[in-house]
Amino acid sequence: MPGNPAVLISGLTKTFGHVRALDGLDLTVHTGEIHGFLGPNGAGKTTTLRILLGLLRADSGHAELLGGHPWRDAVELHRRLAYVPGDVVLWPTLSGGETIDLLGRLRGGLDQRRKKALLERFDLDPTKKGHAYSKGNRQKVALVAALSSNVELLLLDEPTAGLDPLMEAVFRECVTEERGNGRTVLLSSHILAEVEALCDRVTIVRDGRAVESGTLAQLRHLTRTSVAAELDRIPELPGVHELMVDGSHVRFEVDADQLGETLRILTESGVRGLTCRPPTLEELFLRHYRSAP
Amino acid sequence: MTGTFELVRLALRRDRLMLPVWIVVITGAVAGTASAIAELYPAMEQRVALGVTIGSTPALQGITGPVFDATSVGGLTAWRATNLAAVLAGLMSILLVTRHTRAEEETGRAELIGSCPVGRHAIPAAAVILAAGANLLLALLLTLALSGQGLPMAGALAFGLAVGGVGWLFAGVAVVAAQLAEHARSANGAAVSVLGLAFLLRASGDAAGIEALSWASPLGWAPRVRAFAGERWWVAGLLVLTGLVLVGLAALPARRRDVGSGLLPARRGPADAAPRLASPQALAWRLQRGGLLGWAAGFAVVGAMLGALATSVGDVVDDNPQLAAILERMGGAGALVDTFLAAEIGILGLVAGGFAVQSALRLQAEEVALRAEPVLAGAVSRREWALSHLVMALGGTAAVLTAGGLAAGSAHGARTGEMAEQVIRLLGAAWVQVPAAWVLAGIAMLLFGLLPRYTALAWAALAAFALLGQLGELLQLDDWIRSLSPFAHLPQVPAQDVSAAPLLWLTAVTVALALVGIAAFQRRDLAGN
Repeated sequence: MPGNPAVLISGLTKTFGHVRALDGLDLTVHTGEIHGFLGPNGAGKTTTLRILLGLLRADSGHAELLGGHPWRDAVELHRRLAYVPGDVVLWPTLSGGETIDLLGRLRGGLDQRRKKALLERFDLDPTKKGHAYSKGNRQKVALVAALSSNVELLLLDEPTAGLDPLMEAVFRECVTEERGNGRTVLLSSHILAEVEALCDRVTIVRDGRAVESGTLAQLRHLTRTSVAAELDRIPELPGVHELMVDGSHVRFEVDADQLGETLRILTESGVRGLTCRPPTLEELFLRHYRSAP
Repeated sequence: MTGTFELVRLALRRDRLMLPVWIVVITGAVAGTASAIAELYPAMEQRVALGVTIGSTPALQGITGPVFDATSVGGLTAWRATNLAAVLAGLMSILLVTRHTRAEEETGRAELIGSCPVGRHAIPAAAVILAAGANLLLALLLTLALSGQGLPMAGALAFGLAVGGVGWLFAGVAVVAAQLAEHARSANGAAVSVLGLAFLLRASGDAAGIEALSWASPLGWAPRVRAFAGERWWVAGLLVLTGLVLVGLAALPARRRDVGSGLLPARRGPADAAPRLASPQALAWRLQRGGLLGWAAGFAVVGAMLGALATSVGDVVDDNPQLAAILERMGGAGALVDTFLAAEIGILGLVAGGFAVQSALRLQAEEVALRAEPVLAGAVSRREWALSHLVMALGGTAAVLTAGGLAAGSAHGARTGEMAEQVIRLLGAAWVQVPAAWVLAGIAMLLFGLLPRYTALAWAALAAFALLGQLGELLQLDDWIRSLSPFAHLPQVPAQDVSAAPLLWLTAVTVALALVGIAAFQRRDLAGN
């Protein structure tokens, strides 16, 4: 990847009282990519973003954002990025349109044409007061404010949690366009389908630590393929996992490096039917979360 | 109502420190007053003399309420302590109720609780039950404390009921305000404004000897329970009943109200922001201007009332040649009016301190509600954001006192026929209060930076300053304790001349407190959820 990474984090730790929210987290987001930051609630995603925004101070470790220091250079850096929090709270007495303009101006201006277009695409009424919006509409206000700003980096914290499927599709289009415009996106999410559809690379976090990071293809390669077959006879199958035998049907998972050997054994056992499926992100994810670290 | 009991337990747990402190301080102040009076005026003649000379001075009655029986220790205690204890009980109840109703909704905790099997009324009901319990306990402790000093049981009970009754009534005011208002702060502000208005109605009525004005204020009812002076139990009943009616009123809208929205209908706003809404300062102004306007209007009304009444204070003396003779020796009727004005404007200063606290703590309200986050995620430094609301607190404090001083001067000037002179004098008197009220904003900023979870201590400081100012002399507290209150250092304008030194160093104290607070805020983590 060319140039400096947009986000470079290594060995980041942060504790709140007795809770260790981040425990040596590593994360690299290359410039121009959409990076999925995947993990369940409480894994440390929001804490990481808040450290990147200079709202929290890390206990130890290294964090670099657009070549600057997230805490020290906060004001300068914030001109070059936009943030959508997971829990969008608006000022009750300001209209949505006023909030969008204000947030844009606070980070140095926004593109009115793009704002109008986004309001239309997200089907958002900007004249309502903040307290009158539903959760989904509050999220849209923050999204429009972020997407209509001229920034290099978008930090999005579970931005679709309150959106209906139609609006989620609009969101995906918009984010894909942003990448087309050369922007970098760090998308924190626990919705696997979203990450799978949008992201170039993924980092999976668990208990404040990155357990996996890479392109989806790389991650898949590291993991197992699901196989279901109907055979004449049931052979010995060394090196497979989660084996289930039901009459002449077998179902199992196999590691990438064992796949060739296993297929040879199956062929020798008289294959009548065979389905091979690469692992979904969900399976990847569950594998990391089911077993102890 | 399902789940109310669990909510009460939760609230008790969250308030296990602040609530006992309020109750103990109020009880302690009253018990201290009773023992001070018993010690200072052991003989009947001394008490009667006190009752006649000071007790019937209208300016003092404006602050303390009427004296019904100056012959007994109990009667003098009731005269001296009822009003102050009642105001503090009211403030305690307001802070308690808004904290557990609207503040909960604003921070979203109410939604979390509302999603559990909890009845629609459970949250306000829990707050009301807690306030009822707190005031009942306060009444009980007051009764025990006073009867424990050998005062008659009936009077002690009446005193306890009068104070606890006012506290309960303002719990009702607060719960109604919480239902009507959009945010905790405006609910707080609305209920505190009602308390302030009630105080000034009673003060004006008692100072001018207009019974109807005093009866228009629940704070006027408390002394009229006549503890230790032929108790009138039905007045205590009136307090309790009015509280019940208010709570019932609040229960009506709760059924129709969606969580998080007030009763006042939502209006539409502009689709685009005005060009000047482009900085944290513009946002702070936008968020606070409504509240500031309300406070300024309140101060203007109250100031006009004080100004209009001031000359009647002199008239009352005219009707009583004996008293006039005594007061003549103390400086004459003209000086009496000025003493009254100085004392009342001093109380306006305390109330302005309340505005200063509320306005500065807007920072914390914004932070806890997660509305600071989007601002600070913009190209806005922490200092710039903190200053934006501090400017509103300091400027607003000066503005509300200016409104009060101008109105008092105009009204008083209209009565005396020396308009320009009185406007200048009373505006000066109001401005003298500004640096002392600012100190409270400074304390709020310090707490916000250093101890953000204990910002309620700024309100406690305001209550403490009020106590020191009102009872410090009577309780014969050491000078150094009384000088802890910034208001103790102010010259009594217009009764005394202005001296610049205390005003300058109080301003310096404010600046120092605020700077330390902002520096601490720049170093700490922002609150999350």
